[in-house]
Amino acid sequence: MRKVIMGNHALSYGAMLGRAQVIAAYPITPQTQVVELLSEMCANGTLKAKFIKVESEHSAMAACLGASLAGARTFTATSAQGLTLMHELLHWASGGRLPVVMGNINRAMAPGWSIWSDQNDSLSQRDTGWIQFYCSSNQEVLDTVIQAFRVSEKFHIPSMIILDAFTLSHTYEVVDIPDQAKVDEFLPPYKPQIRLTPEEPRAFGGLTSPDHYFELRYKLQKDMEKVPPLIETTGKEYQNLFGRYLGLVEEYYCQDADLIFVTSGTTGSTTKVAVDHLRQQGIKAGNLRIRVFRPFPFATIRSILSRAKKVAVVDRNISYGHHGIFYQEVKSAFYGQNSHPPIFGFITGLGGRDITPSSLQEIAYYALKNDKPQEEITWIGVRK
Amino acid sequence: MKKAKTMKLSLPPEEYMNSGHLACQGCGATLAMRYALKALGQKTALCIPACCWSVIDGPFPYSSLEVPIFHCAFETAASSASGLKAGLEMVGDTETTVVAWAGDGGTFDIGIQALSGAAERNDNIIYVCYDNEAYMNTGIQRSSATPYGAWTTTTPVKHFKDRPKKDIVAIMAAHHIPYVATASVGYPEDLIKKVKKAKSFIGTKFLHIYAPCPTGWKSRPEDTVKLARLVVQTAIFPLYEIEHGEKYILNIKLREKKPINDYLRLQGRFRHLKEEEIAFMQKNVDINWAKLLKKCENV
Repeated sequence: MRKVIMGNHALSYGAMLGRAQVIAAYPITPQTQVVELLSEMCANGTLKAKFIKVESEHSAMAACLGASLAGARTFTATSAQGLTLMHELLHWASGGRLPVVMGNINRAMAPGWSIWSDQNDSLSQRDTGWIQFYCSSNQEVLDTVIQAFRVSEKFHIPSMIILDAFTLSHTYEVVDIPDQAKVDEFLPPYKPQIRLTPEEPRAFGGLTSPDHYFELRYKLQKDMEKVPPLIETTGKEYQNLFGRYLGLVEEYYCQDADLIFVTSGTTGSTTKVAVDHLRQQGIKAGNLRIRVFRPFPFATIRSILSRAKKVAVVDRNISYGHHGIFYQEVKSAFYGQNSHPPIFGFITGLGGRDITPSSLQEIAYYALKNDKPQEEITWIGVRK
Repeated sequence: MKKAKTMKLSLPPEEYMNSGHLACQGCGATLAMRYALKALGQKTALCIPACCWSVIDGPFPYSSLEVPIFHCAFETAASSASGLKAGLEMVGDTETTVVAWAGDGGTFDIGIQALSGAAERNDNIIYVCYDNEAYMNTGIQRSSATPYGAWTTTTPVKHFKDRPKKDIVAIMAAHHIPYVATASVGYPEDLIKKVKKAKSFIGTKFLHIYAPCPTGWKSRPEDTVKLARLVVQTAIFPLYEIEHGEKYILNIKLREKKPINDYLRLQGRFRHLKEEEIAFMQKNVDINWAKLLKKCENV
């Protein structure tokens, strides 16, 4: 069924088709429509789930963890302040190996209060042990939710599905909503081997001495390393059933590109327009949109970018005192390589300032003009 | 011939707590757990946040309890329990009693928001606060459950706690949940009766269990039960129930209250108190007792 829906509702439909069993959520702009529609679905029986209307995001995640430990499929959604309030429990989810799936609407962190998009909220959660998917269309959002349940439940690692505030969360697009029966075929019910039940009383997450803790974290990393190929094979299975493939990255004219943009989220789709304009001007530009940020797809990114003469990483985020975060990550992918193209780091669009095709063209001209970056960070569109 | 007299066991004989746990000598919190589980039975799941019990149970991969435990984040006993209950029901287990089992810090202080949320939603859980009146697991720092006058490592004798203990029972009653009760490890039959009663209600049930801590109170381990009885007999911690936020029931009616000094003098944490300070505390106990009697009469 094709339907015109907003990005937030694509998350709701994904959770519905994924047959989430327990949802615990707290409202926050610009996420609210996700949980509004889900509460509607729970109320009218479209979705047979328990919806716990908690008093904070911290409790939302805590409730999801309890439910997940009981063996239920769980879903929540949040944004910015809410996500960072959850921070402690994001570690708890991955450390406890609980495959919660969560939508996060990228919103700039206060102060000053902002409801507009940037990525510092989710990228601040980089080291919490969650799989992070950055989406660029409503269809991708819906398809990612369904696939994320599969991926997360396989290795018991939680997933975060990330949408830009307003440019995706509130944008209406045509979305193919798959048949429930076909989704059920793709995504069987969650049946963990170990769960909390009085039938087999176990203590989960108790005091763990240095004799054990290290190995538990080693295992998490080892399983995290298995996630990129799993995302690819899961994507192919999904493609066989639904005709759409989502991998670790999305390439756009990267094959013969002299300059490759590295982008994420909706900046990735805006960049496609910029690439088209640049190509009309005779500039061989391409776009590599990173879809999966954690685990970081080093090999894929290296193999695509090493073909380019120059690389321009566009960050809608910053690690204060360092660089844009995608920039750091892309550079780290090339550490120890014999040669690599010059990599430029651009920061733009913080706090929801528009990232337009012309700002992206400005980035391209800068990268083409200079042999290497003139500054640690090249700022685009800021009044200095 | 005279009939042989047999003593009737007043507590359920079932044990769901094993030896080998890591509690200090004379720990009231272990008595609380042992009695509570006797009432709850094996079809019980616990959410234990950071508190003495997150250590007492034993280190990974061991556990001293015969029931499953979710060791959850400090401030999430109630919300973890809400989620666990919902999850169990969604996977077809509607029978298991889900119990949030937290200390006073995790209840009165850092966990009060999640607790209030669960109570307002009336989620079907039992919340037990075993109260040893300070952050005992981290080393005896004051909490909002620490009583007036007490020494702790963050309220030194020269600056002892000068604010009264937070009235958590009144706060919980104000949520109009089906059942709120106080209990003391010095009165196990009463405690077990209340846990069973809590289990019979649907919705949020809150039990405030008094659990002496010899380590933190500087009392003798062998005085734990004595203190847990004296605290009731002095009316410092009366045993009562509140149904649906309205109906007050007094369980132990005192014909004559013992002076609070009988209780205080057994504990090093009150040793610094002067006569006038004890008199001030006695006055407050008298006032609170009178207020409680009035609430129980009005029903």
